[in-house]
Amino acid sequence: MYGLKTDWLEEPTPRYYTLQDYEGETARWCTGCGDHAVLTAVQRVCKEEQLPPDKTVFVSGIGCSSRLPHYMKTYGFHGLHGRALPVACGIRARRPDLHLFVTTGDGDCCSIGTAHWIHAVHYNMNMVVMLLDNNCYGLTKNQTSPTSPKGSKSNTHPRGAAMDPLNPLQTTLGITNVSFVARTVDWNPPHLFATLRAAHRHPGFAFVQIVQRCPHYKAGVHEPLQSDPSQLLLLTHPDGIELEDSVKRIFKNQREHDPSDLDTARELARSGVQTIGLFYRNESVDRYDEYTAIGIATPREEKIAALKAELSHYQI
Amino acid sequence: MSAESTTKRSDADGGGANARANGNEVRIRKIPEQIVEIVSDSGEGAQTAGQLFGTVCAKMGNGLWTVEIIPAEIEPPARSQAGASGIRIRFATQPVTNMGDQADLVVSFNEQVLYSRIDQNALRSGTVLLIDDRWASDPDPKIQEAYQKALDDFRARGYEVREIPLHSETSKVTDNPQRGKNMWVVGLLCALYSRDLEIAKKEVQKIFERRRKGRDVVDMNHRLLDAGHAWAIEHLDERFAVPCEEKTTPMVVMSGNAAVAMGAMAAGFEVCSMYPITPATSATHYLASVFQEAGGVIHQAEDEIAAAGFAIGASYAGKTAITITSGPGMALKTEMLGLAVMAEIPLVVVDVQRGGPSTGLPTKVEQGDLLSSIFGMPGDAPKVVMAASSIEECFHLVITARKLAEAFYTPVILLTDANLATGQTSFPMPEPNEDWLSPPVDQSPWKEGVPAYAWDPETGLSRRPVPGQPGGAFVLTGLAHDEKSHIAYEASINQRAMRMRSRKMAALQKTLRPPEIFGDPEGDLLVVSWGSTRSTIEEAIGRIRRDGRKVGSVCLRFLSPLEPGLKEIFARYKRVMTVEINYSDDLGDPLIDETSRRYAQLAWLLRATTLVDVDCWSRVPGQPIPPWMIEEALRGRLEGIK
Repeated sequence: MYGLKTDWLEEPTPRYYTLQDYEGETARWCTGCGDHAVLTAVQRVCKEEQLPPDKTVFVSGIGCSSRLPHYMKTYGFHGLHGRALPVACGIRARRPDLHLFVTTGDGDCCSIGTAHWIHAVHYNMNMVVMLLDNNCYGLTKNQTSPTSPKGSKSNTHPRGAAMDPLNPLQTTLGITNVSFVARTVDWNPPHLFATLRAAHRHPGFAFVQIVQRCPHYKAGVHEPLQSDPSQLLLLTHPDGIELEDSVKRIFKNQREHDPSDLDTARELARSGVQTIGLFYRNESVDRYDEYTAIGIATPREEKIAALKAELSHYQI
Repeated sequence: MSAESTTKRSDADGGGANARANGNEVRIRKIPEQIVEIVSDSGEGAQTAGQLFGTVCAKMGNGLWTVEIIPAEIEPPARSQAGASGIRIRFATQPVTNMGDQADLVVSFNEQVLYSRIDQNALRSGTVLLIDDRWASDPDPKIQEAYQKALDDFRARGYEVREIPLHSETSKVTDNPQRGKNMWVVGLLCALYSRDLEIAKKEVQKIFERRRKGRDVVDMNHRLLDAGHAWAIEHLDERFAVPCEEKTTPMVVMSGNAAVAMGAMAAGFEVCSMYPITPATSATHYLASVFQEAGGVIHQAEDEIAAAGFAIGASYAGKTAITITSGPGMALKTEMLGLAVMAEIPLVVVDVQRGGPSTGLPTKVEQGDLLSSIFGMPGDAPKVVMAASSIEECFHLVITARKLAEAFYTPVILLTDANLATGQTSFPMPEPNEDWLSPPVDQSPWKEGVPAYAWDPETGLSRRPVPGQPGGAFVLTGLAHDEKSHIAYEASINQRAMRMRSRKMAALQKTLRPPEIFGDPEGDLLVVSWGSTRSTIEEAIGRIRRDGRKVGSVCLRFLSPLEPGLKEIFARYKRVMTVEINYSDDLGDPLIDETSRRYAQLAWLLRATTLVDVDCWSRVPGQPIPPWMIEEALRGRLEGIK
């Protein structure tokens, strides 16, 4: 309309979002499932960071963890088993304005979706990826997953898993262009929250492995770590995960680790899941979403002019 | 025609009505059309030469069709049947829409590659073969012997063999005749067919400037053109002219893959995600070189699945995307297509069909993906399937596909094939139109209380909020879901949702027109086709109608939903059949009868939907089916119709 804007009224004060603004359907996970803790933590991240729910998208694959978008009151995309990451990359390609989270599981990410996982790390597009690692397939009723501990019994390996588990952090840290890798546990809400918030603030592909309990099929796998925090090794650093002293105090084992040190990060990742904190962060890695965003605002006249110029090359 | 060597100089140019060779009067004979092939070892530039010569013909106003002859390997063995690489150029006074029958003239860089053309039934008695004579004096006596043996064989087969000093004459101009022979041949052909050499020179300049070559390369190629032209004027005792019709509208010449790519630009796509696959990749090669100017980006995904997933993500976020692939890629994308159907996400998939199943015939044509496109998915997954029947339609149907994808919130599969993809022809230059462009991402507030899938009970249509739209937040899911996109925990929901998704196909079908009939609107035989075979079938039908038989054809652009009115059209003919490039059993073969026969794909579909006893004739030679072969098949069928 003659270049006039259609809405002259601007909100006098920006809207403040409360936790309720992020709460969707009632979660249907089992009682005691670690997914509940992740949901609570990520809702709190959204609130603390005041992410507009309409500008926030949660993408998932298939599995228990992938139900998470349904329990958020944001946009969500609950797609195919193993295929959350290509969809998320496609969303990010031309929408730098959206806040993007991916929830995936150890079967979804580290088994059927492995190719996408490796390449998504390599693309380093801006998003938070939460690997909800419960060491088993839950939704399909207890099969061995790539991260199931050796010897742990399942319906596909009733005598126990034959092989040592795949280590998702070791894999991720081995991929070119890795830019943010952290590990946390579902039973320490402050650390979980602080880790996800740091991941959200990272400009790039932030990969967080969340060590998580499945009380139904893998009860007790993490019991020693859970009941005795001194078995956990907390990585600390001024550039690491921000934690209050009251939280830090419960970790008897701490180690200062500079998250810009990739070699040490890889060394630390070789041990089991007991090491938590920020392994690696590098904000200067190339980002593929900066490449895919080229030309977003191309005016329509320019598009037509480009087409006309091309057609003229083929004119006879 | 002869090409005997002589030292006498002629000063005639190609444009005159009469010219001289060997001191004798040379007649320039007018002919309505010609089929020329250039065949060589891989890497000798036969395709570049053929495209150049074809462009010259088109620029002069001739109808044109070129088809590439592609070996399976990048560097196949030299002087071998398997290594034949080349191009066919069919040009005529009238428009040309297919590759035609056998070649009238073949320029061959060695004699062995001609056996591949013989194997493909591309030559006829009387075909003129211009063969490089260098092999007659090759240092290897085995090659000399093979050369003489082949030439004797060719003569015995009835071809007119003419040896030309291709290598030796090219060597006079350049130190690297291997790379220069192709241009010398273009010069020769320009003289032989009275083409304007200046047009060729301008095109050469364009080609090498685009390849960022220097002036010296252009000059060298110009000298080669001149040399070939001069030699032909001096030595050929018969030359031809294919008169041209003046074109009133501006025309373009391009391949089907270039047309698809340009259609993607014209449709305002901003994202094309792909994974390399023959014969689709050249569409994205070309698009990659120009897409950025039109505000678009190519994503080369880690695999075919991710290419579809990436496109779906972009579409969900408001930027409808296109993915271009071929049969094996379609197989991998099946799951993603199912998601796009279930969640009603706009998506355009171009399937440049090749021979299947499995890796099949990667560089060769087949129309084998029709039924798998429509039905090849677990569960009921209605989606739009269209087929381009010409290179011009490769351009326009991409635009249509995007509009349909967005209007009906559905994947749209556009089928083309290797014949359209690599063939080149001329068609009226499209006039870019702003209405073709995709609308901007809607970020206006979503109407309160309207669910994400507010299915219109009659048409099944609904609009979807786009992330960022205030008040529209919903969770899209690949699970069966209700209109609020909530998971279908109740029994009645799935029935209703399936009905709504199916209804969209009926709604689209109600907006379509019955297909136009080519030939007789009623009579003995109706041929139904889809895709690139249309023009060849029409050429065959034209020939049969001249003999007084009443024959017609229709070509379907919409395969899902099917175009309306088919049953009424079928009722006007004694017999209805399809002609397709896919496999079907022939009645009369061992074990094959009406109960065991497997039909060609469109025939299956038409029999099921119309209850008409639709017959079929189909072949899978890995190359386009020439008009004569279709003509023969149709005449065979007509014998049984009183």
